[in-house]
Amino acid sequence: MPSSALTAAHPLKDVAASDSALRRFLHGLPGVDAVGLEGRAASLGTRSIKTTAKAYAIDLAISMVDLTTLEGADTPGKVRALGAKAVKPDPTDRTTPSTAAVCVYPDMVAVAKEAVAGSGVKVASVATAFPAGRAALDVKLADVRDAVAAGADEIDMVIDRGAFLSGRYVKVYDEITAVKEACGTSARLKVIFETGELSTYDNIRRASWLGMLAGADFIKTSTGKVAVNATPANTLLMLEAVRDFKAQTGIQVGVKPAGGIRTSKDAIKFLVLVNETAGEDWLDNHWFRFGASSLLNDLLMQRQKLATGRYSGPDYVTVD
Amino acid sequence: MASVFEYAPAPESRAIADIAPSYGLFIDGEFVEAADGKVFKTVSPSTEEVLSEVARAGSEDVDRAVKAARRAFEKWSALPGAERAKYLFRIARIVQERSRELAVLETLDNGKPIKETRDADLPLVAAHFFYYAGWADKLDHAGYGANPRPLGVAGQVIPWNFPLLMLAWKIAPALATGNTVVLKPAETTPLSALFFADICRQAGLPKGVVNILPGYGDAGAALVSHPDVNKVAFTGSTAVGKEIARTVAGTRKKVTLELGGKGANIVFDDAPVDQAVEGIVNGIFFNQGQVCCAGSRLLVQESIQEELLESLKRRLSTLRLGDPMDKNTDIGAINSEEQLTRITSLVEQGEAEGAERWSPACELPESGYWFAPTLFTNVTQAHRIARDEIFGPVLSVLTFRTPDEAVAKANNTPYGLSAGIWTEKGSRILAVANKLRAGVVWSNTFNKFDPTSPFGGYKESGFGREGGRHGLEAYLDV
Amino acid sequence: MSDTRLSVLKTYKLYVGGKFPRSESGRVYEVSDSKGKWLANAPLSSRKDARDAVVAARKAFGGWSGATAYNRGQVLYRVAEMLEGRRDQFVREVGEAEGLSKSKSAAVVDATIDRWVWYAGWTDKIAQVVGGGNPVAGPFFNLSSPEPTGVVAVLAPQESSFLGLVSVLAPVIATGNTAIVVASEKSPLPALSLAEVLATSDVPGGVVNVLSGRTAEIATPLAAHQDVNAIDLAGADESLAKELEIAAADNLKRVLRPQPVDYAETPGIDRMTAFLETKTVWHPTGSLGASGSSY
Repeated sequence: MPSSALTAAHPLKDVAASDSALRRFLHGLPGVDAVGLEGRAASLGTRSIKTTAKAYAIDLAISMVDLTTLEGADTPGKVRALGAKAVKPDPTDRTTPSTAAVCVYPDMVAVAKEAVAGSGVKVASVATAFPAGRAALDVKLADVRDAVAAGADEIDMVIDRGAFLSGRYVKVYDEITAVKEACGTSARLKVIFETGELSTYDNIRRASWLGMLAGADFIKTSTGKVAVNATPANTLLMLEAVRDFKAQTGIQVGVKPAGGIRTSKDAIKFLVLVNETAGEDWLDNHWFRFGASSLLNDLLMQRQKLATGRYSGPDYVTVD
Repeated sequence: MASVFEYAPAPESRAIADIAPSYGLFIDGEFVEAADGKVFKTVSPSTEEVLSEVARAGSEDVDRAVKAARRAFEKWSALPGAERAKYLFRIARIVQERSRELAVLETLDNGKPIKETRDADLPLVAAHFFYYAGWADKLDHAGYGANPRPLGVAGQVIPWNFPLLMLAWKIAPALATGNTVVLKPAETTPLSALFFADICRQAGLPKGVVNILPGYGDAGAALVSHPDVNKVAFTGSTAVGKEIARTVAGTRKKVTLELGGKGANIVFDDAPVDQAVEGIVNGIFFNQGQVCCAGSRLLVQESIQEELLESLKRRLSTLRLGDPMDKNTDIGAINSEEQLTRITSLVEQGEAEGAERWSPACELPESGYWFAPTLFTNVTQAHRIARDEIFGPVLSVLTFRTPDEAVAKANNTPYGLSAGIWTEKGSRILAVANKLRAGVVWSNTFNKFDPTSPFGGYKESGFGREGGRHGLEAYLDV
Repeated sequence: MSDTRLSVLKTYKLYVGGKFPRSESGRVYEVSDSKGKWLANAPLSSRKDARDAVVAARKAFGGWSGATAYNRGQVLYRVAEMLEGRRDQFVREVGEAEGLSKSKSAAVVDATIDRWVWYAGWTDKIAQVVGGGNPVAGPFFNLSSPEPTGVVAVLAPQESSFLGLVSVLAPVIATGNTAIVVASEKSPLPALSLAEVLATSDVPGGVVNVLSGRTAEIATPLAAHQDVNAIDLAGADESLAKELEIAAADNLKRVLRPQPVDYAETPGIDRMTAFLETKTVWHPTGSLGASGSSY
């Protein structure tokens, strides 16, 4: 199955030998000029995606959604409904693709698994004391093992932002490798940086490389639980990182912007970023995901509009 | 399964710009035929379709227009600054209101992508009028002494690369300071200036204050040498600029010249690489490289040469060349057959001199004037493509080892208009910027313009500044 | 008269690159006072002297333009100090050259010394007066600063051989340009003596180069010289000025045309700004904060 981590023999393996070695490597990455990065993201945001391209993009976006519910109030009923929606997002139109996955807390994995059984829709679970990640490593690993044991296909972990910001890069690295090990061979690992808390684009680039070096299958912007989540700029930056990592190591890593992407227009802008930055190798839900919930309904309404020529309304998509 | 994300055509509507089959000269508030009845055709460079037939000004028309401007000068210059300001504010607003139409028009006549006319040219045009409008009643505070006086009639000759924006750069400060104007747009791009005449009408600008004379170089020469012109402003080639400097020698005419360039874009090994790549692309492919301040020489530090070129080539492969009216087009048409010939010839010389030519796979449309984005490596300072202004989408890549060498190479040109610096080290930016002999230095960015910022060259890139407080001086008797 | 001793006459020389050479041509011309009395033989400079002066001025440009404005101000003030010490000499030379009474000549010399002081004070202020930040509409900081144009050929006024000379020379070098001065054709001696003052005033060699001779003969190659960036035509008559302006167009020199000037008046800043370029340097400031979190 998925991932190819760096082999022990790879020259980049050494960079995690110590905090200072990791620091030298991460701080040796090219800097990011914030205005230039945001300018490029904004400029790609002016692409005009129409007609056939829009239809393609909407279906692609639907197929990339990690349909998410991460609430204290989640119940098996809610998760089952979500699963059904993921499998058949638009009951009135069977040509609508399924979403990539449903994303739930670990205790809901079994319910979700059952709800999507046989559909090809994956079950992703946030683990590692999501969203703060403020728990002992043992607890985090137990959380992961629990989710994997319940059948999770994907684990969305959070990094220790405190450790990262205070320069304890090895701690972050080791946690990721430990979680990766706990995922075993059956689950792909998404590493959430909580970019809004990393505060600088330089840090986002460093975190991206740190995550990839440690064996992430996906790098993911955010939990959706803080003020600033996925933005075109931080996603563009992460797309540059996976592109460069692949060029250097041959290993392809996926990207998942999460939180704050609510409209089809937004989603299409992100797909343009993927297309013109990482390239077509990433235009597939194995390599790119949207962590979202309300986005799906907007995609469905836009899809109906394209099919019928008239604008749809919220009563014509399901509320789950 | 990875798939291909093909962008469907997204054409802007050309019906937005209603182009008449013919246009006259705009003299003394009226559209009139040329005295000798001559006309010329203006074509869309992306299709070679004739857009309109335009009256061609001759020396008699120049005289007529200068006389009209002279007549208008007395009242216009005597108007309270606050009143002149309001005319300019009106013009700025009308430009904003009609910006979509004007963007379409400019793209049709010039060949540049609608993305650029919409997002760069037109917003800057409106901003320029807004900026200078505010100066009209504040000239006492501009640092040129109390009550500075206008010069009189300004003869202005503008190029085809940013037709309406160059018009704004010329007309806005001239009117704000109380001068009247005779402006000659380039022969390949007369339409936006003629539409501007209509904006003057809508704004109620007194007749004769702005006169527009579409025509060729002969009309420009007649305008520049006209004895009753007090001020000459020219943007265009260095060769013509020198001719103008000779023409006005021994007169009292005030002159500003904004001429060619061979800008060096210097990338140090500690540059923010992804943004540098964007800056390089923007520096040389914005407006198909038909920009006087283009970063047409890439000076890259040898230690990162390979990596940078690889990124650059990958990026160039994503550029979308084609129909300028398509909102997703990055690279439009070359403005004219003549310009295409010049670019082609210089590029052939580059190859003949042993530089290595590279372009991304790129299909050129069958009709119209097109040139693929082109990159030359193995270029030395001795190559013609490193010295001559190509004025096209052609980048010459040179390398350097030390900052001193970078500065020496950057300055090793008769031009001195623009330069770029890419490094994350602040002191290096300031030290290098200090040593570069260029009128505008962009650090960690490129091709940024703003009406508040003076723009203009050192050495053979011309003299005088346009934009900002500095731009007033050219139109005041100070 | 037994108390008369034969005075020692000065051999007037050019001033190029901090040295005092004779004209490479070996030529001199006779300089007389306003009544036609012989004063000295001045070097009659050739085009090759002009060429050498350009080389010296170019060589000096990097150091002088790169010096701090404070330092240039100190150097210019030092010129005034040195002149003050040789005031009597200049009162005599200017009086002879321009046919002025001793008191009038003294007034001219005093005004000239004061002019150096005036420009000495300008060196570190002009950038603040004519430069500054521009409030651009975007996440950028940009700053426009004046910079010296480069090597400037200065045709000193023909009539005002000292005050006029300093009034056109000082503004050129105050801002960091280097100069080749063509002295008043008829009255070159105050200019040549000024060179001796400059040489002892911490003005680096080559920053000012003084040539004497036929204005038209020296100015023509200077106006056409591709390594001269600007020319002040103050000392040219109308027809020569036009001819030189045409020649200057070959490399687009900045040209300051001759104009009536009362050198006794306090000057404005025009003669400085005529030989200044404006450089605008841009840099991103960081995001505007509307959409992102980052720096």
